[in-house]
Amino acid sequence: MSVTMSKALNQALRDSIRADDDVLVFGEDVGTLGGVFRITDGLTQEFGEQRCFDTPLAEAGIVGFALGMCLTGYKPVVEMQFDAFAYPAFEQITSHVAKMRNRTGGKVNLPMVIRIPYAGGIGGVEHHCDSSEGYYAHTAGLKVVTPSNSADAYSLLREAIADPDPVIFMEPKALYWSKQEVELPCKQEPFGKAAIRRPGKDATLVTYGPSVPTALKAAEAATEEGWDVEVVDLRTISPFDDETVVESVRRTGRCVVVSEAQGFAGVSGEVAARVTERCFHSLSAPVLRVSGLETPYPAPMLERTYLPGVDRILDAIARLQWDDTPDLTFAPSHGGAA
Amino acid sequence: MTPTVSHTCARLSQLASPSDNVVMQTTAVTPDLAAHLLPSPNPVQLLDPTGTEVPQEGTRRPYLMPPPERLREVWRAMVIGRRFDIQATALTKQGRLAVYPSSRGQEACQVGATLSVTGNDWVFPTYRESMALVTRGIDPVEVLSLLRGDQHCGYDPKAHKTAPQCTPLSTQLIHAAGAAYGEKRRGTDNVALAFIGDGATSEGDFHEALNFAAVFEAPAIFFVQNNKYAISVPLSKQTKAPALAYKGIGYGVASEQVDGNDPAAVLAVMDVALEHCRAGHGPFLIEAHTYRLDAHTNADDASRYRSSDEVTAWLERDPIARVETWLKAHGALNDDLVSATHAEAETLASDLRDRMNVDPQADPMSLFDNVFEQRTPQLEDARRMVAAELAADAEMEDQS
Repeated sequence: MSVTMSKALNQALRDSIRADDDVLVFGEDVGTLGGVFRITDGLTQEFGEQRCFDTPLAEAGIVGFALGMCLTGYKPVVEMQFDAFAYPAFEQITSHVAKMRNRTGGKVNLPMVIRIPYAGGIGGVEHHCDSSEGYYAHTAGLKVVTPSNSADAYSLLREAIADPDPVIFMEPKALYWSKQEVELPCKQEPFGKAAIRRPGKDATLVTYGPSVPTALKAAEAATEEGWDVEVVDLRTISPFDDETVVESVRRTGRCVVVSEAQGFAGVSGEVAARVTERCFHSLSAPVLRVSGLETPYPAPMLERTYLPGVDRILDAIARLQWDDTPDLTFAPSHGGAA
Repeated sequence: MTPTVSHTCARLSQLASPSDNVVMQTTAVTPDLAAHLLPSPNPVQLLDPTGTEVPQEGTRRPYLMPPPERLREVWRAMVIGRRFDIQATALTKQGRLAVYPSSRGQEACQVGATLSVTGNDWVFPTYRESMALVTRGIDPVEVLSLLRGDQHCGYDPKAHKTAPQCTPLSTQLIHAAGAAYGEKRRGTDNVALAFIGDGATSEGDFHEALNFAAVFEAPAIFFVQNNKYAISVPLSKQTKAPALAYKGIGYGVASEQVDGNDPAAVLAVMDVALEHCRAGHGPFLIEAHTYRLDAHTNADDASRYRSSDEVTAWLERDPIARVETWLKAHGALNDDLVSATHAEAETLASDLRDRMNVDPQADPMSLFDNVFEQRTPQLEDARRMVAAELAADAEMEDQS
């Protein structure tokens, strides 16, 4: 059947609540309203306020409260309403949630999921569209997961809730209403496994979350130029699947990393570094990045320019030194879009 | 399909005026209805600094003098706790601890609050609660692991129902609220006792913790040791509240202030707070007025921000002497027991000294053990690298 990502996430929450009495869902507006994106729609109605409930409007409070509940055996799944609204919880996440297992020598684990709707492409006004995955991926002790389709949304969220360690579950807002033919429940590849969404032999696009459909469109368009482009969807940023990425790039010899987050000091730079470290002798061109710009997330009307689009990805593929013509597109000192 | 604007502007829409079909609910709270939340106008005191019983007048709730046996137990734990604290400070001078935040002078709070709860209750300490943790029965060496630097937390938080000592200020109060709510959901009458200092009441997490605990009627006791300084900054620069205990009423949290150098009063107020929590009436905020006799830590120079006259005045409000005088006057303590207890404290101190003089072993390979339940491929890579480095080092040593 045709299932939206939001429906798949909702079903994963439902099935997890049914499967385990200790799973609780809470956050801002997740109860009666069903969340501003309706991901928790109907949970309170079906399972009661004991299992899915609203909290005061305070993100540090929500995450810290969840941590305390873990100490008494609960498995909280909390919702941050938007990417940028999760920042008040940053200290709780980085100083406490990420470190608890480590600082207690494994005596205390936190089976907690922090769901964060993230990234752009929805015309959101200021502070509603940050790509914040890099902050979490940079923090040891957190798993960072981001689905790009309905089947993964269901399967990865079930796995996140069952995981004994904290998971930052990043949901691409722009894909909430994307549809896929899938029968739920379903079980996909586990954490730490990337997926080849489109096979190709000339170049590899490594991407994740909201950029996967864009990369697939670019790969399709690239066929008109005669390029057969592979698309790798990371699925989990941490743990990272070096194996799949490296195997692909060694095979194709060319790589472009695509992410909505800005390139500087971000996940895309990490991927580029890992590929270069592991595939240097297989590469026919430097690894390029197509990322969000190094500007604050723009007003909705400028989003189209900011976000990595099909054309910018195609331009990057074109610059993968298919012949000996020097690439003079950017001055050497330029650290910008690609 | 694209989302509607109302989705993406959820936060902004909260600023909009309520629609006509929303009934504006206002609960008329008269001062009388809120009064039960307020602290007493003056800190509750049962014993004055001379050890004389103080007649109870004007407190918001009745507070009872604890029985002599209980006060004697608290006195004993304070004597031992102070000796532990002095020994820990000495260990910093010997280079055995990286740093030590003393709670000397705050014994009535550290010991009184801790001995009021049971082993089934949770405790959420800060870095200054080493004495409280020793009082709770945790091995002093395990308590000092954090400050020695061989581990972040030397004890088992689950076995002791005691969270790791928390350094980021007031963040652990929210954990206490969550654990208290968890206990309530499990149907126990266990509470969570969370310690913080006066400066930490300025942190946002203090407010979120009180609010969450109140909304979820979580049985948490927030125990503020107002020792007058946040490192160097005096309370007058932290707050305009008449007293920190007045911060409870805004969240609907019952509150009290107490003479934090009066062990009898600390026990009496803790008893009321515990009864309140265990009866299902939600959280309780206690402000204990006390004083840190030592500097913030051994690395701090308190003479830069407070006078020796001020310290001397607080020495005269000593919690141990106060209760000792009362116990002796009531025939509940004799010189033999005093000597025996001091001997017991010396034994603890010398045992601690001996055990802390052994160089701790910190295994480099343990770095990778508890990041996640299972090591990721990236951690395995790093682990192999470190293992190879260690092997190479060992080989070099063998050759030399």
